Amino acid sequence: MPELVALVKHDCPVCDQVLPALDAADIRVLSQSGAQDTEAQAARLGLRAVPELDLDLELSARLDPDAVPTLVLLDGADERGRVEGLDRQGMLDLAARAGVELNLDGLPEIRPGCASLTRDPEVAARLAARRARAEGRIRSRELRVGELEDPFEALHDRGLTDGLPVVPPTPERVVAMLDHTSRDPQDVVGVVPPYGGEATVEKVAVNAVMAGCEGPELPVVLAAVEAVCEETFAMHGLLATTHPAGPLIVVSGHPGFHSGVNVLGQGDRASMTTGRALQLVVRNIGGGRPGVEDRATHGQAGKLGMCFAERLDDTAPWPGLAQDRGVPPGEPGVTVMALEAPRVIVDQLARDPEGLCASLAMALESVATPRLRLAFDAMLLVGPEHGRVFREAGWSRAQVQQRLHDLTHSPAGSLVRGADGSPEGIEPKWVSDPDMPVAKFASADRILVAYAGGDAGLFSMVFGGWAAGEIGSAPVTRSIQPWA
Amino acid sequence: MGVTTRGPASAATWRPAAPLRILDPTAERDAAPERPLAPRGEPRAIALVDIRKPRGDVFLDELERLLRERGHEVLREGKPTFTKPAPQDLRRDIAQRCDAVIEALAD
Repeated sequence: MPELVALVKHDCPVCDQVLPALDAADIRVLSQSGAQDTEAQAARLGLRAVPELDLDLELSARLDPDAVPTLVLLDGADERGRVEGLDRQGMLDLAARAGVELNLDGLPEIRPGCASLTRDPEVAARLAARRARAEGRIRSRELRVGELEDPFEALHDRGLTDGLPVVPPTPERVVAMLDHTSRDPQDVVGVVPPYGGEATVEKVAVNAVMAGCEGPELPVVLAAVEAVCEETFAMHGLLATTHPAGPLIVVSGHPGFHSGVNVLGQGDRASMTTGRALQLVVRNIGGGRPGVEDRATHGQAGKLGMCFAERLDDTAPWPGLAQDRGVPPGEPGVTVMALEAPRVIVDQLARDPEGLCASLAMALESVATPRLRLAFDAMLLVGPEHGRVFREAGWSRAQVQQRLHDLTHSPAGSLVRGADGSPEGIEPKWVSDPDMPVAKFASADRILVAYAGGDAGLFSMVFGGWAAGEIGSAPVTRSIQPWA
Repeated sequence: MGVTTRGPASAATWRPAAPLRILDPTAERDAAPERPLAPRGEPRAIALVDIRKPRGDVFLDELERLLRERGHEVLREGKPTFTKPAPQDLRRDIAQRCDAVIEALAD
């Protein structure tokens, strides 16, 4: 015979109305409230039996009602019917099916109940975390921060931060973060240098929470982690090098990222936290610690995290960088590149693309030092007022790259060791003709070109690269779609 | 979380909150156990690995000269590029052919 069970809570007036009738009919009642409140409610209503406690909200979580009181007909673990709130006829029918005589005389026909405790956002988050653990969707070891410890200090003391406070990655926050990807939390995104830690979607989500990501950035972070774990990106060397470069993420076409005024500066949560999440992944999953594995002489502020989104509105002279590098049009993508801090290039007079390229090329020549050739790539971030010059002249990205490549050639004699008193440069044995032009970059496409920034200002930005190409790091582009 | 910092309404307010549970953000790899160095005599064959940074060869040439003076056999090896870890084949080759290895920095 199926059994009738009721769920109530102590601070629900509708439960108060129904409880005496349930009590008189000897129906099993479980309360979502604590022991003291439940006893007080029973005394207040003069019940013969104090309701049982739904410990850990076991039954409530399983039945997951919107409202209490809930009267449910259970056949073992199977549910045969339920009524939520006060519905006189519905409750009487359910009682009859269980062979129980229920007297609801004097009660209203219909009265909506109160929200089930499982609908309380905090409780719902705790239950979701418990479910995720039980189902194996989250498997990370739990660390306990002592009762008297400050969680921010505790995380710092355990060596898990970048020096700034991080958001404590509680199971509830991580489970909520995982809602922003359709991927299985145990999928492996990449093997992270330097120690080859396995970055599962779950572990990346833990670090994204710590970085302060809101949630919609998670697929971008996942795609960026996948990209830096590509062997050609050489994340191990980029971390370990004395050079100040770090991984920059360029986001092409993902909503929620700011790409206008102050695009490289502070203020945009999505950009700030996405870049930071990637670096926390390298630190915590990869095991790369500043000053230990990371041997940068100076480093730079961008190593906290460096991410910006391209401006792809109708002012854009070109499609997105990721789309130009193989991601299908309309699909969001990320490009990661090993870069030092950006520097402004000022040209307030150029109104034609030839003149503008000449100015930009001079700054590109100076990456690392004008004397070093073919060893460094660069990224040029064209600002909107410079972008307008290219757009109005109808220059494609490839045309700009080619012109910049042509213009970044210098005579060998000016680059040779000892010229102008500087011992850095090309070995004299390689220079047979001092007038021979020597390229700065290995090819035109080694100058990556993006577009973003505020409307006003005749500026662009140049980021110098790290050891480039096969001997070092090559930029990697990935679609965000597989991680959405 | 943590200690109550505002004025207490009752003694119960001073009860510490439950410990905060957080998820481990690391790869949860156990540290390698401490292992003693294998006993070793005077190494006979020594590999010198050039990491391919400028002027590393200058340093290694000098080391090679000094080692040969002392009667060691010296093998010169090199990584393909300083930016990436030494390939596994190279590491295996050195382990099989040499008793010791010196990996040189430069710049």
